[in-house]
Amino acid sequence: MADGLAGTASVPGAASLAAPGSPHASMRGVTRVYPGAAPVHALGPIDLDLARGEFFSVVGPSGCGKSTLIDVQAGLAVPSAGEVTFEGRPVSGKVPDGIGVVFQEDASFPWLTVTDNIAFGLRRAGVDPAEVRRRVEYAVGFMGLRDFARAYPVQLSGGMRQRVCIARTLVLQPRLILLDEPFGALDQQTRLLMGDELLRLWRETRATVLLITHALDEAAMLSDRVGAMSARPGRFVDLLETGWPRERDSSLVAEAGFGAITARLWSHLRAESLKAMGGAPP
Amino acid sequence: MSRGRAVLASRVGLIVGSIALLEILCRTGVINPLTLLPPSEMAVAMVNLLASGKVAPDIERTFSTVAIAFALSVVVGIAAGAVLHAIPRLRRALDPLLASYYAVPFFVFYPVLVAFFGLNEMPLVAIGFAAAMVAMAISTLNGLDRVPPVLIKVARMHRLGRLRTLFLVVVPAAAASLMTGMKLALAYAFISIIAGEFILSGKGLGYQIAYAYNSFDNKTMYGLMLFVLLVATAMNSLLHMWEQRLLRRRSRA
Repeated sequence: MADGLAGTASVPGAASLAAPGSPHASMRGVTRVYPGAAPVHALGPIDLDLARGEFFSVVGPSGCGKSTLIDVQAGLAVPSAGEVTFEGRPVSGKVPDGIGVVFQEDASFPWLTVTDNIAFGLRRAGVDPAEVRRRVEYAVGFMGLRDFARAYPVQLSGGMRQRVCIARTLVLQPRLILLDEPFGALDQQTRLLMGDELLRLWRETRATVLLITHALDEAAMLSDRVGAMSARPGRFVDLLETGWPRERDSSLVAEAGFGAITARLWSHLRAESLKAMGGAPP
Repeated sequence: MSRGRAVLASRVGLIVGSIALLEILCRTGVINPLTLLPPSEMAVAMVNLLASGKVAPDIERTFSTVAIAFALSVVVGIAAGAVLHAIPRLRRALDPLLASYYAVPFFVFYPVLVAFFGLNEMPLVAIGFAAAMVAMAISTLNGLDRVPPVLIKVARMHRLGRLRTLFLVVVPAAAASLMTGMKLALAYAFISIIAGEFILSGKGLGYQIAYAYNSFDNKTMYGLMLFVLLVATAMNSLLHMWEQRLLRRRSRA
């Protein structure tokens, strides 16, 4: 998809790709402890390998460290112990080139138009203006924002603002996309449709995706693999392969195997959520 | 008629109605003309004063003093707010002092300021600065507190350095609060400098109003008062409009 958002990263300083066969991104024995008078052990130890081009989702009870996991993999937070790598290089305290993050909260810049929001990172990276225009125009069309290109975020719905944030990340052509509950504030119907768009993006960009979500059906529908996390400190208690073909969409929810996947995820999530709430599973 | 226009019409109606009422009360003798001039005479007196050029040096003096005090208070206030925001321990130590800052009558320091700066406009600049700076610092602090942490994460994701994060993300995100601070700083600088001139100075609009008052020169006094009122309202309205424009664009739905 050379004309779209995918293709060779042309942002200056783009890192070379890791050797084939090695994980695209990985965590080894990663923990995160928030220091203080009463230190909080938020995460880990976590071991995770993401294959290049894989769609991996993480589900877990509230407060289990899912967002911390994203922050650590992105380089937005430093692990207390363990090693994080991206394309074979260590990640610590700085977001490496090639990683894009979409956050749960509305992260659009309210003082910029949709177009300027999407172009923000490209302009800061010194990308050629003609290339900025090409990528932004493509992203605006791709995300269904053409009629709102000159609008400010305040004039958009929550879902549209989230699309702006996704587009702003995607125009950077990240090879690893980290999504921290990007559809958390949307209704179920919009979430499913946004999920379809996300799958389309994933196929077109061929990026590796790590998605954090509360929604089991979203995880089951979108992912190649789903990791279920325990109550805090979050660790993986199950890794599940969905076996879906790469060409898929939200019609998967009617598949026979879909219910089995969500049921297995729910059995973990229920038990861990009860633990997180201080109760024991019956 | 749209809601905005209706509000504007009510506002204009209220002002015009009040002026008309005052005019009638003065013209019919309900209010002694020696106590208060009819608004129309105030306006004529103001125009004549401005046209004569008699008060031009005083206008220049007052406005230049306000401009210097305002500019200093904005620069130092923003820097002070940013430092306090960056050093929470310092902020906790200074919080009670900031809260009681406006209980201090700055004018009592005038003799000390004269001793420091001499008999020129600088003591009044210092008083205007002292009155305005803390309002700017507190507004800056509020603005920085309200910058959503996720926007800082976005800046980090784009690998922006500290300075670019400050100018491309933090300042725009805090702009509405900074505007509020500037509005307050301008008002406080203007009020304190006019008041300072009134009681302490030998030049400036405040001094001319006091001089006219002591000389029973009602026309000059009311003409200048109307001028000060119009200028203060115009400056504040301009900043208010700018602030509202920013807020309209930025407020989350």
